[in-house]
Amino acid sequence: MKILVCVSNVPDTTTKITFTDNNTQFNTNGVQFILNPYDEIALSRAIELTDGGKGEVTVINVGEVNTEATIRKALAIGATDAIRINAKPHDAWYVAYQIAEYVKANPFDLILTGRESIDYNGSKVAGMLGELLDLPSVSIIKKLDAADKEATVEREIEGGKELLTIPYPFVAGTAEGVAEPKIPNMRGIMSARTKPLAVVEPVEVKTYSEVLSYETPAPRGQVKLVPADETAKLVELLHTEARVI
Amino acid sequence: MSVLIYAENAGGKFKKSIFEAVTYARAIADQNKTNLVAISIGDVSKDELAALGKYGAEKVLNVSGDKLKNFVNQAYASIIAEAAKKQGADIVVLSNTFSGRGLAPRLGVKLQAGVADGAVALPEQNGGKFTIKKTAFSGKAFAIVELTSANKVIALVPNSYKVVETGGTAQVEDFAAETKDSDFRAIIKEIVRSTDKISLPDAEIVVSAGRGLKGPENWGMVEELAELLGAATACSKPVSDAGWRPHSEHVGQTGIAVSPNLYIAIGISGAIQHLAGISSSKVIVVINKDPEAPFFKVADYGIVGDAFEVVPQLIAAVKEYKASA
Ligand SMILES: Cc1cc2nc3c(=O)[nH]c(=O)nc-3n(C[C@H](O)[C@H](O)[C@H](O)COP(=O)(O)OP(=O)(O)OC[C@H]3O[C@@H](n4cnc5c(N)ncnc54)[C@H](O)[C@@H]3O)c2cc1C
Repeated sequence: MKILVCVSNVPDTTTKITFTDNNTQFNTNGVQFILNPYDEIALSRAIELTDGGKGEVTVINVGEVNTEATIRKALAIGATDAIRINAKPHDAWYVAYQIAEYVKANPFDLILTGRESIDYNGSKVAGMLGELLDLPSVSIIKKLDAADKEATVEREIEGGKELLTIPYPFVAGTAEGVAEPKIPNMRGIMSARTKPLAVVEPVEVKTYSEVLSYETPAPRGQVKLVPADETAKLVELLHTEARVI
Repeated sequence: MSVLIYAENAGGKFKKSIFEAVTYARAIADQNKTNLVAISIGDVSKDELAALGKYGAEKVLNVSGDKLKNFVNQAYASIIAEAAKKQGADIVVLSNTFSGRGLAPRLGVKLQAGVADGAVALPEQNGGKFTIKKTAFSGKAFAIVELTSANKVIALVPNSYKVVETGGTAQVEDFAAETKDSDFRAIIKEIVRSTDKISLPDAEIVVSAGRGLKGPENWGMVEELAELLGAATACSKPVSDAGWRPHSEHVGQTGIAVSPNLYIAIGISGAIQHLAGISSSKVIVVINKDPEAPFFKVADYGIVGDAFEVVPQLIAAVKEYKASA
């Protein structure tokens, strides 16, 4: 089985988010970039599914040269090889379009993405890839079991879950539960340096969205402390002051 | 030109998040002085469909059929895109639910439309410019996005827009949509609904607990408090990692993002990754025995105390309040 895992390069989860240039640019100063946590889960499952010579895992990233550390991390975790499409990931449409063009020329049995990236949280690449490649797509999956001709996935729905079978090829966006994130070992880190990382130039595509500026949430006021033995006071405040119960 | 809202049903009924989305879509239609059409797919009664008129829909397109009983995103996206084209709708609104997130990107491609997922406010439109505020960085910030395409798809975050009832009923019409066999390659084998529980993404009150609760056996009081308040239950990541609670309850940066009116956090430290997913809650209450817990910095109300003493007292106080109300 040939599996493609789409990976993105995102600010570390502990990053305090700030902006520059009159709130039009994300401030990358001092920010560490990491492999998107959900993509790590997708990659870990892909490696499990192909373990013992049952296939190959390619990772693909749309990004400029500074994302290569993240790509090498994915190789260290166990991907077979990597593709970097050499462009700034303008938006989800741009990223999905570039990846779809690559896949049209280089087909895969299964394409995995994380359920969303933790920077723009769009959940869009999986569905867009499905549409661009005319493949089924399923998002926010919690389980992925692969058989010969089809896979069984568990999808989260409001107030429950759904079990589906899907024939290959298809696209899935993975969430927690699909796999435990794998930590690269020394051998992985050493071999990652020599694994193939191909750089592909992007195709030209019109984009449909533009981030104009950013805002940070309004700061909250000071916390109002209620003594531990006066819970009735808290209930009263929630009713009369906050009006939420 | 018109606005099309996809009214997603849950077991044949519309939830509050859909009324929010219809109200929101009505406001966009008003901005553009145009009409609002809703589309429903699956088995929904005529009365339930007509009731979307209360929130401003003029017409409801009803699509049903055996194959469409359950949500298949590829087929549903085909139908919604076809309806948008036939109605001349250049703006399609969805709710940013799990299904909405499966549909929005497919619709974006089908309609060659910019997609504003995670929208939290009405678009600003002037001189043909269309900008919209959406959540970014897992709730740590918002991005103001301009959609530059002629067609637009917007997915509204549940609980971020107030429902307004305008009265009225909508005219219900059957809509015959064409679907291809290839739209049904994904086959639903089983649906497991926990019907007795309030679903987390659209809950108005969430009672959440963390590692401070020591073990899964102590969740009885969390569930009791949630039930009394009509709330959904949630947890921090280590709690679901340890298997004390299911992954579907994990909120935060790598879990579900929630925006309830009231979020009650019990025995949760308030790590930045947890706060990321809950910071758009309107009111935050924190119960923690450590007065230095970072959660107190973002809370509106707090109790410094042992959860095993405070929560039972709080349950008693809520019972008393309810009895007197
Ligand atoms: C990549 C990444 C992603 C992450 N994503 C998330 C995420 O999405 N969501 C998330 O929640 N975390 C996430 N985390 C983990 C996060 O960093 C914290 O570890 C986690 O939120 C801590 O959970 P906690 O507060 O329940 O546990 P702890 O940190 O152990 O805190 C327990 C709290 O309970 C209090 N307490 C203990 N006993 C009592 C008592 N008897 N009564 C009252 N209070 C008591 C303590 O004072 C303490 O504040 C992520 C971490 C990483 C690295």
